[in-house]
Amino acid sequence: MFDITSYIITFLIGGAICLVGQILIITTKITSARILVTFLLLGVVLEGIGLFEPIKDFAGSGVTVPIIGFGASLAKGAIEAGASEGVLGIFTGGLSATAGGLAAAILGGFIFGVLCNSKTKK
Amino acid sequence: MEDNTRNARYNAYVESKMAKTKPWPSLFRAFWVGGLICILGEVIKDCAILWFGVEEEAAGTWELMILIVLAAFLTGVGIFDKIGAYAGAGTIVPITGFSNSIASPAIEFKREGVIFGLMAKMFVIAGPVIVSGVCASVLVGLIHILL
Amino acid sequence: MNKIGKQTLLYKNKPCLLGGYAVVGPKEGQGNFGKYFQTVLKDDLFGENSYEAAESKMMQTSFYGAVDDAGIRNVDVDVFVAGDLMNQIVSSSFAARSFDVPYLGMFGACSTMAESMLVGAALVDGGFARIVACATASHFSSVEKQFRYPLELGTQRPPTSQWTVTAAGCSILSEHGSNIIVESSTIGKVVDWDVKDVNNMGAAMAPAAVETLKAHLSDMGRSPDEYDLILTGDLGKLGSEILFDLAEYNGIKLGNNYCDCGQMMYTNEQKTFMGGSGCGCIASVINSYVLSRMRKGELRNVLLIATGALMSTTSSQQGNSIPCIAHAVVLKRRD
Repeated sequence: MFDITSYIITFLIGGAICLVGQILIITTKITSARILVTFLLLGVVLEGIGLFEPIKDFAGSGVTVPIIGFGASLAKGAIEAGASEGVLGIFTGGLSATAGGLAAAILGGFIFGVLCNSKTKK
Repeated sequence: MEDNTRNARYNAYVESKMAKTKPWPSLFRAFWVGGLICILGEVIKDCAILWFGVEEEAAGTWELMILIVLAAFLTGVGIFDKIGAYAGAGTIVPITGFSNSIASPAIEFKREGVIFGLMAKMFVIAGPVIVSGVCASVLVGLIHILL
Repeated sequence: MNKIGKQTLLYKNKPCLLGGYAVVGPKEGQGNFGKYFQTVLKDDLFGENSYEAAESKMMQTSFYGAVDDAGIRNVDVDVFVAGDLMNQIVSSSFAARSFDVPYLGMFGACSTMAESMLVGAALVDGGFARIVACATASHFSSVEKQFRYPLELGTQRPPTSQWTVTAAGCSILSEHGSNIIVESSTIGKVVDWDVKDVNNMGAAMAPAAVETLKAHLSDMGRSPDEYDLILTGDLGKLGSEILFDLAEYNGIKLGNNYCDCGQMMYTNEQKTFMGGSGCGCIASVINSYVLSRMRKGELRNVLLIATGALMSTTSSQQGNSIPCIAHAVVLKRRD
């Protein structure tokens, strides 16, 4: 807990993932929606081939905070529920595992959407 | 045919005219802001475990939810876009970017009404993320069952 | 025939520019033309509850300002010719609701001001109208929403992008009453050199500008140095450099009298990358800077070339290139 070394690792790995994203933006001019989709799918694939867990054990929030972690949770949920509940599990597992984040994002978007107005850029 | 060669030459000329900006500052900014957001997440998780006795798995969910709501709040008060303009992928790639991509169109389109504006347009950018993620996860789950 | 060459209209009855008015947003007010603009808004919502409504109100304000400047009444205006960048040019049509004046809606994207003046001058010259008001408006926030991303989305603007100008400009053209005449104009053709990057409008529009410039000079039998000022609309920094090169390639030597409104609009500190864009860009400069300097006699012979990119979000998402157009109008001081 509150371990400095693990924070440094988190910082370096998390920063490095964002840096890769920035390189993609600069070199391929892709938009932010495409960046999000690309990294999310990367997370799904990493989880699918079993590489995500060891990375997560090492880097902690360094990989779970980037949207890669969101993709990995989706895949992990589907795989685990698939193993325990069969075919129904692969449909229910992914969204169940990420329901907290999704609900928070939708609720947050709704509440601040109602409360706030867009402001012109200067 | 002649037009095609002219157009190709013109586009190559435009490419050569475009000012080559140095990528290093923007890469560095994406790196440190992105890293810092991840540390913030880690701190939130540690606090949840240590002070509220939340289990590891649930603490991970709390961590993401708090970051998401924080990003939605910063979007609402008009700060997130400034951080985003500074950090680029540093705020897009972390889960904060996902939250921002939901909150920002919700705010922008609310003048078109709550149903067809705010609620419908909420997913113009985040929709593809959810669709691709759900489809891919079902596929991965299916592969794991079959293997 | 009042037509010269293939594309140029020569107005024999010398319709004149009676008055003009520009309304701009706060950022534009801090820019290079700041002191010339008649009205600089403190808040670009302009007391409305949406940016679209603010854009429409800016056009209305510029109309009333121009009418005032020309020393006429609203009811004296025979036709209101206007356009903007919103879908179905709603800003102009909504503004025209309150005028009780016959209205023609124009669309030429950012070339709309030249298009409106060209048509307006033809109406006056042909004796179909005594007084015509020509106006365009654009607004940064409404354009971002329609063509790009929500304002609060945290993305970086590409280095070749331009900043849509929050501005409206209105010109009053009349049969007589002023020594600034609309001498001639050149109708541009749609030009598409297969530029697909919507964040690089200057490069897409430069070929259209050079084609119109070439046609104008050859139809009129003139060289660029016969003008005190050649002003393009919103090519921006990169686009105007490209125009320079393209013109030279076509044997047209542009000198220090060439200038681009978009490039000049903002100061370097305002971080707009390539400068301003939008149909309010040249409209506001014509009706403030150009008009006041022509009235003082510092400028006598001005060639305006407004350029427009004729794509939509749908067309560019479907992978089409950006067709562009440019129209030219010549303002001349006669005394």
